[in-house]
Amino acid sequence: MIMPTETNQLTFSKVPINEGMKSALQKDRGEIIAMVSQSGLKGRGGAGFPTGIKWNLAAAAQDDQKFVVCNADEGEPGTYKDRVILTDYANLVFEGMTIGGYAIGARKGILYLRAEYTYLRSFLEDLLERRRRTGFLGQNVMGKRGFDFDIEIRMGAGAYVCGEETALIESLEGQRGEPRNRPPFPVNTGFMGHPTIVNNVETFAWVTCILVKGADWFRKIGTEKSTGLKLFSVSGDCSFSGVFEFPMGITVAELLERVGGIGAKAVQVGGASGHCVPASEFDRTIAFEDVPTGGSIIVFGPDRDMLAVAKNFMEFFIDESCGQCTPCREGNERLLEGILMLEQGRCSMRYLRELCALGETMQAASKCGLGQSSPNAFLSIVAHFKDEILGRAPVAD
Amino acid sequence: MAEFYDKESVRAPMSQRLQRFEPPSDTQAIGALVSVTIDGKELKVPLGTTILEASKKVGVRIPTLCYHEDLCVAGVCRICVVEVEGQPRLQASCAYPITAPIKVKTHTRQVRQARRHILDLLLSKHYGECYACFRNNNCELQALAKEYGVDFFRFGHPEKPRYRIDRSSPSVIRDMDKCILCRRCVRTCIDLQEVGVLEVNQRSNRSKVITFGEKPLGDVICINCGQCINRCPTGALRANDPTDDVWAAIDDPTKHVVIQTAPSPRAGIGECFGLEPGVPLTFEMNTALRRCGFDKVFDTNFSADLTIIEEGTELLQRLHKALVQKDKMVRFPQFTSCSPGWVKFCEHFYPEFLDHLSSAKSPQQMFGAVIKTYYAKLNDLDPKNIVTVALMPCSAKKFECNRPEMCDSGYKDIDYGLTTRELAQMISEAGIYLPAMPKSDFDDPFGTATGSGVIFGATGGVMEAALRTVIELVCGIQVEDLFAHADITPVRGFDGIRFMELPIKKVGPVPELLKGLFEDWDWLVGATLKVAVAHGTANAKRVMEDIKAGGPCSECHFIEFMACPGGCLGGGGQPIPTSPEIRAARARAIYAEDAAYEVRKSHENPAIVRLYTEFLTEGPCSHLSHHLLHTAYTPRGKYIV
Amino acid sequence: MLVSEREQLRENIEQWVAQYGSDRSALIPVLQEVQRKYHHISEYVMQVVADTLNIHPVEVYGVVSFYSFIGLRPKGRFIIRLCRTISCAMQGNNRIARQLENDLGIHFGETTPDGNFTLEWANCLGMCDRGPAMLVNDRIFTQVTPESVHEILDECRKAFGAHTFQGEETCPL
Repeated sequence: MIMPTETNQLTFSKVPINEGMKSALQKDRGEIIAMVSQSGLKGRGGAGFPTGIKWNLAAAAQDDQKFVVCNADEGEPGTYKDRVILTDYANLVFEGMTIGGYAIGARKGILYLRAEYTYLRSFLEDLLERRRRTGFLGQNVMGKRGFDFDIEIRMGAGAYVCGEETALIESLEGQRGEPRNRPPFPVNTGFMGHPTIVNNVETFAWVTCILVKGADWFRKIGTEKSTGLKLFSVSGDCSFSGVFEFPMGITVAELLERVGGIGAKAVQVGGASGHCVPASEFDRTIAFEDVPTGGSIIVFGPDRDMLAVAKNFMEFFIDESCGQCTPCREGNERLLEGILMLEQGRCSMRYLRELCALGETMQAASKCGLGQSSPNAFLSIVAHFKDEILGRAPVAD
Repeated sequence: MAEFYDKESVRAPMSQRLQRFEPPSDTQAIGALVSVTIDGKELKVPLGTTILEASKKVGVRIPTLCYHEDLCVAGVCRICVVEVEGQPRLQASCAYPITAPIKVKTHTRQVRQARRHILDLLLSKHYGECYACFRNNNCELQALAKEYGVDFFRFGHPEKPRYRIDRSSPSVIRDMDKCILCRRCVRTCIDLQEVGVLEVNQRSNRSKVITFGEKPLGDVICINCGQCINRCPTGALRANDPTDDVWAAIDDPTKHVVIQTAPSPRAGIGECFGLEPGVPLTFEMNTALRRCGFDKVFDTNFSADLTIIEEGTELLQRLHKALVQKDKMVRFPQFTSCSPGWVKFCEHFYPEFLDHLSSAKSPQQMFGAVIKTYYAKLNDLDPKNIVTVALMPCSAKKFECNRPEMCDSGYKDIDYGLTTRELAQMISEAGIYLPAMPKSDFDDPFGTATGSGVIFGATGGVMEAALRTVIELVCGIQVEDLFAHADITPVRGFDGIRFMELPIKKVGPVPELLKGLFEDWDWLVGATLKVAVAHGTANAKRVMEDIKAGGPCSECHFIEFMACPGGCLGGGGQPIPTSPEIRAARARAIYAEDAAYEVRKSHENPAIVRLYTEFLTEGPCSHLSHHLLHTAYTPRGKYIV
Repeated sequence: MLVSEREQLRENIEQWVAQYGSDRSALIPVLQEVQRKYHHISEYVMQVVADTLNIHPVEVYGVVSFYSFIGLRPKGRFIIRLCRTISCAMQGNNRIARQLENDLGIHFGETTPDGNFTLEWANCLGMCDRGPAMLVNDRIFTQVTPESVHEILDECRKAFGAHTFQGEETCPL
């Protein structure tokens, strides 16, 4: 049984430092991207965009300046795997970024670290300084002529929405962290208008592993559409909470068994913006083609009030929405009002249906991923726990 | 000079911009055109055309709110969402560049539901009743609610206001309860005008449009241009409306109420009565104004001509000082000072350049000073019983007439500034349908004007009028000798910044009017007069930065600035909506009116000649004219302490 | 503010701008430095920053009010941010919240009158497996119990020297 945060069990702990970079710098750019593509690695932040395609687009873009951005703005409720990776395996991440820089032709990497993790900063700066001193960063990285690459740490300033890649870039540019219209995508028009790849912390770490262990190793694990291993941050009503490594495609039931979450009535997969899977659907698989996740698993025991869960999530989104587009700015507020009505036992079925339709509009019409996924929790909780949330006795507050 | 108004220099956040896909220069190349199917209609469009632009070409209407032709794309209201085949989510058509063949459906069930939801969401925060709103029947939100059949408030409607209406500015009133956060005002203020007064603060449902430090608008560096009003889809922004006071003055039998009408409102007011843009109603308006009860109706063009004489003389004086007296303190280029928005912009952002501003007052203020002195004496009226009203296309004029220094007649020179919209309101209140009015002329003695005064309404007009006069007074030739029909076309048009050079090859005798100031013009022979024109404060800023950097603008002698895009005809007091086409139509009306005048040069205006013989007998820029017709400026700076 | 203080401020800002670059992308790092040193971003600072980066002050205002870790209002020397997200809520963060309010005598969103502590809610701090979690400035505390709240606060107070908090504890009643 894997114990909480016992990270020496992870694949990452078995990958020797700088092996991945060594192997990468012996290849040419195309080979690396082909290898990443072949591994089937998809973005580990949750959106699941194929990393190989992203890198290929950025590599093909014509510009003398390109950027590699590592998204360490881990804000999804229930997610902390990136913090663990940065604490224990930051070298793998820096390696992955350097490999990315080599592959797309960038000379600069930026680690966008969320403000809540400021305590990691000096440690990471030291690590970078050591890498510079030993020639793993800077000019002619590892003696490779003409390959200059350095990494800068930029701190976030406390905004969940900056985990969205275009909002992150806006924030780097000194703007309000408001997502951009897409297209154009960052691979074409990113930081300061230059081609930019934005990848999650874990994605970069896996790239390094793939360079060491090979694309086939990664590809053989998981499902056909969701290959490889994935870190999960588990919390909630279970015996063992902590960071676990499981292959993609694991069923919710299997996962619960491993973390000691037997008897749970629901599992929130993917954090506040993810889906609430009820016990009746525990045979579903955690994979991009079924229940996608960025790694957050929150287990709800039999006594949890699911309406309170939905309320907590909606309050979160109302606090964190950037507020530029109408569906997200106003819609979340309406959904929370609905939850308060349900709490007081004062919501008609007709209005609840209206709110669910509004939720679908928000999913379809919002400008960015935040608004598109903010109603997920509400919708899935309403769908699966109607008899728990309807007709309540009013709560005096 | 393309670099001056290069779109790239628009400092909008990327989220509010849309990448432009430059089609390959070789149009035969594959990919220069893409085919797109909108609601089953197929067409080919240049790469990078948005779905919204493409749909216009095939006559498919897509509703918009945050989109505005003058502004960069925001894609925030989401009302324009459409279904793109193969895309899991709806796409905002205003922000979706077509780069590959796509099939678009603009009114599927999901699209209709989304639009209805978005409207319901906006209405759930939009406080107020339509019949108690100045934008009633001219409101984009209201129009969409009708278009989508909103007959109840699905998600509720605010019962109480959340914000206090900001009435601190003499020009612009902000009612944030009506704001739908489309951010058109923000993009107008930051990107289009580069004044930077309005921005969105906070995030999520707490965000609202604010000024720096959430201070009242009257306390920040607002230049009162009112461009935000013209682009607001709802009634959240409006001009400070003095019509009640004007009516009260009209109703007061002891008051002699005089109105002067500027050239631009005439070209625009028809729009308030449902006419196409570009139908001038000058003489119909005269009749209507008299029926409303105004005692006299004068033409601001008269004082525009007066401005030209004073400002032109000042320019010649500066040139004389610099070229003959070798005075190092003389500042060039001289800036025009007719646009109060521009004047305040200069006071805030370039206070070190106030010496460059012509000390001549704007036509509005000159008129006020003349009416309460010369006109009062002429008609044996007590100036304290004269109420001067100015019909202007402008919201900044309201601020200007309230400047404490604008009391040179001993009274407030101009009592009230009315915008075109407000006058249209007064006219309808009087039960008058303006286009049906019989025509009538202006009143004397300030009823005669020239074409030069008319073109003050368009960008480049002040410069053209000044050049017409300077050429004739100095060179002793007819303007028509140099420019066909006296149309000085190089300064016309809508390019952001325009330059012109005028070599002075020969000079004529000094005309009677200026004999007191100059002995001869010989010192000007061989000189080349360099002038420039800029409209919109974003372009003004570019010119100013260029002057600071010692670029081509710093070599100019005279620069015309107008705060509003297109000049006064696009002013903040003009009918809503505005767009490049509407402004072009108004410009056509103005230039047509100029062409129809018999007298087209300011110095030939008989009323002007009379004024200088009877009243300002010492001539232009004399002691009396300085007292009444010139002013000084306040260095304000951009820091708010 | 004294003229000399303002000059000092301007000098600092110019230094940071020189360090982070004079285009807009330096804005947030510069603001973070100001926040670290002065605990808030004053209107004067925003105007100076805007001036040096050649942007509008109102844009700086928009940015400052957008992010929750840079603020317009003066905050305490110790900013306590308690996580309110679901995992910490399931582990009893409401009790920690009450205890913090009791021990500090203020509500969330407020600063103690002596200017030492500010109490705020935070969204997920990434310590979900060891909740309830809270940040005190840059330091993270996990598995906080109502009892340990007092110890943490005490430790902060010791940072100012023992005498400063004698009798300072306000009675919540």
